[in-house]
Amino acid sequence: MRRLRKTYKDVVAVNGLELEVRPGECFGLLGPNGAGKTTTIEICEGLTPADSGDVEVLGLNWQSHSTALRQRLGIQLQETQLSDKLTVLETVELFRSFFHQGPGAMAVIGLVQLEEKAKSRVGNLSGGQKQRLALACALVGEPDFLFLDEPTTGLDPQARRQLWELIEKFKLSGRTILLTTHYMDEAERLCDRVAIMDHGKTIALGTPRELIASVCAEHLVEFSAGSQAHPLDLTAVSAIDGIRDVQRENGSVRMQVTELHRAVPALLAELGRQSVPLTELRTHSATLEDVFVTLTGRHLRDE
Amino acid sequence: MNSSHPLIQLTLVRFREFMREPEAVFWVFGFPIILAAGLGLAFRNRPAEVLQIAAVTPQLAAPLHAEKLLDVRELSQPDAVAALRNGKVALVAEPGANGSVVYRYDDTNPEGRAARMLADRAVERAAGRRDPVASSDTLLREPGSRYIDFLIPGLLGMNLMGSAVWGAAFGIVDARRKKLIKRLMATPMPRHYYLLAFVLSRLVLLVVEVTVVLGFAVLVFHVPVHGSLAVLGLFCVLSSMSFCALGLLIASRVQTVEAASGMTNAIMMPMWICSGVFFSAQRFPDTMQPLIKALPLTAIIDALRANMLQGAGLAQLAPQFGVLSAWLVVCFFVALKLFRWR
Repeated sequence: MRRLRKTYKDVVAVNGLELEVRPGECFGLLGPNGAGKTTTIEICEGLTPADSGDVEVLGLNWQSHSTALRQRLGIQLQETQLSDKLTVLETVELFRSFFHQGPGAMAVIGLVQLEEKAKSRVGNLSGGQKQRLALACALVGEPDFLFLDEPTTGLDPQARRQLWELIEKFKLSGRTILLTTHYMDEAERLCDRVAIMDHGKTIALGTPRELIASVCAEHLVEFSAGSQAHPLDLTAVSAIDGIRDVQRENGSVRMQVTELHRAVPALLAELGRQSVPLTELRTHSATLEDVFVTLTGRHLRDE
Repeated sequence: MNSSHPLIQLTLVRFREFMREPEAVFWVFGFPIILAAGLGLAFRNRPAEVLQIAAVTPQLAAPLHAEKLLDVRELSQPDAVAALRNGKVALVAEPGANGSVVYRYDDTNPEGRAARMLADRAVERAAGRRDPVASSDTLLREPGSRYIDFLIPGLLGMNLMGSAVWGAAFGIVDARRKKLIKRLMATPMPRHYYLLAFVLSRLVLLVVEVTVVLGFAVLVFHVPVHGSLAVLGLFCVLSSMSFCALGLLIASRVQTVEAASGMTNAIMMPMWICSGVFFSAQRFPDTMQPLIKALPLTAIIDALRANMLQGAGLAQLAPQFGVLSAWLVVCFFVALKLFRWR
C-alpha cells in the first residue's frame, strides 16, 4: 500500500527520477547540496508541483487526495523557523490542532525529550532542541509516512546522535521514512536503502552495504611518499597485485585494495626498492562517502 | 468548538505573538495616548491671546492702555521699528501729521491686522467716538468644537489603520521569510483559517485599543460621544477588517520585511496627509475631493467624527459604510488571488 513512485522531468533540479520507497523502510536520499534532494522530497510532500511525471504516496496522489494525504504525513522542512515568541507546548498544540488523530501535545513533547522545556520560548532553545521540536511537529499527527529534509544539518555531534536515536525509535514502530541528507554517516546509520543523487539523477541505489561492495574494494589506503628529488614511480605501485584505482591527490596517493594484509607489505617493499621514504600511511574501511567520491570523482563538500 | 480547534489555536498564536512583543504593544496602545496628550496640551483652550504692540509717544500709549486685549510698550521710534521687524510686537503706533495716527504693521500677519483694529478702536473711543449699534459677544468654548474633539476621531482612525495594516502585513511577511507559511502548508491546516486568524485576533485587540484611546479621550479631555456606541463599534470593526484586508494585499507576494515596510509606508503616508487626521480634508482642492473621499481612512475618520461630534446614525453614514465595504471586498479577493502560500 505504501508505495511511492515517480517519473518526471525538470530540466533544472530533478531530471527523470524514478524511485520507490517500500512500506516500513527508512529510505535515504543522498547527495551534495544542489543535487535536487530537496526538490524531490518537496514534490513527494505535495509542496512543489512536478513539471511532469507521477507521484504516488501511500497509494494516493496529490491531485485528488491532498486533504486525506496531509492527515497521514509527518513533514519536517529544511530551515523552518518556528515562532520564537511561542513556548514549546504552544507550538506543538498549534500543530496538533490541525490533525484529526494523534497523541496529546505533552506526549509528543515527551517523545522528543523536551518535557523540561515545555514552558520555554522557542527562541531560547538550542539548535538541537529546535530540531527535536521540529520533529515533534512532524510526529504530532501520528503519521504513516515521515519526511525529514536534512534533519541534522548544522547540529553538533551530540545533538545529531540524540536525533538519530529518536528517528530510530520511530523506525521501530514499523512506519516509513524518507530522509535527505548530505552526511554519509547519517545515511549508513539510519537508512535501510539509499539512493545517491547528483545533478537531478540517481546515480546509485541499494542498501549501504550493497553500494559499498558494488563500487569499491573493501579498504582504502592513502599514503605520502617521495620528494622533489626522489619522486615516486606510481606505475610500479599500480602494478602490484590487489591494488587498483590509484589516484594522486594533493601530494598524497589514494588507492583501493581488497586485502589489506597483502597489499600493505607489497607497497612497503616497492617503496623500499625505489628507496623512497614513506612519510604518511592511512587506511580505512570503505564508507558511503567513498562510494560517492568514486562515483562522482569529487568530494562531497567541494561545492 | 473547543480550544483545540485550529482557528482558535491560530488566533491564540497571533494574540500571543503580539502581546509578547512589548514594542508592538506600546505602538498600538501607548503611542496614540501620548500623541493625543501632547497635541491636546499644545492646542488646549487658552484665554484669547493678548497682543503685544508698541507706541512711540506717551500720548498715544495712554488711550491704548484702556484696551485689555493689548499689551502696550513705550519705545523710541527706531526701537519700535526694530521690535516690529523681529516679531516682538505686532504693531507700532506713531503720531502722524495734524494729530493723526500712523499704524505700522504687516498686513499679511493676522495678529497685525487684529492689533490694527483693536488699537484703532481704542484710539477713536478715547477721542470720543460712540458706536451707534450696541453689540455683545457670545463665546463658544463648548466640548465638541475644540481642536482636541476634531483630533481624537482622526487619531483613532489612524490607529485603526496602522495597527491592522502593520499587524497583517508584518505577520505574514515574517512568517513567509521564516518559511513558516510553507511549514503550515505541509500540515492539513485549512488555508482560509490562517488568514481568518489575522482578522479575528485583530478584532479582539480592537476592543482593547478603542476602549483605551476613547476612554482616555473622554475621561481626560471630555471629548463627547454623541452618536450611538453600536454604530461607532460597527464602524471600528468594519474599518479594521478593511485595513486587515489591505495588509493582506500588501503582504500577498512580498518576500522581505523591508519591502513590506516600504510598501506599507507608501500606501499609508498619502492617507495620513489627505484623509484629515490632523486638519480637515476639505482644505484640499475640490478636484481632489472625490478621490480623497474614496480613501478608506477618510471614510472611517469622517464616520467617527460625524458619529462622535454630531451624533450621526447609520443612515447618514451610508456612503462611508459603502466605501469601507468596497475596500474590504476588493482587497480581500485580490489578496486571495495573489497570495503566495510559501
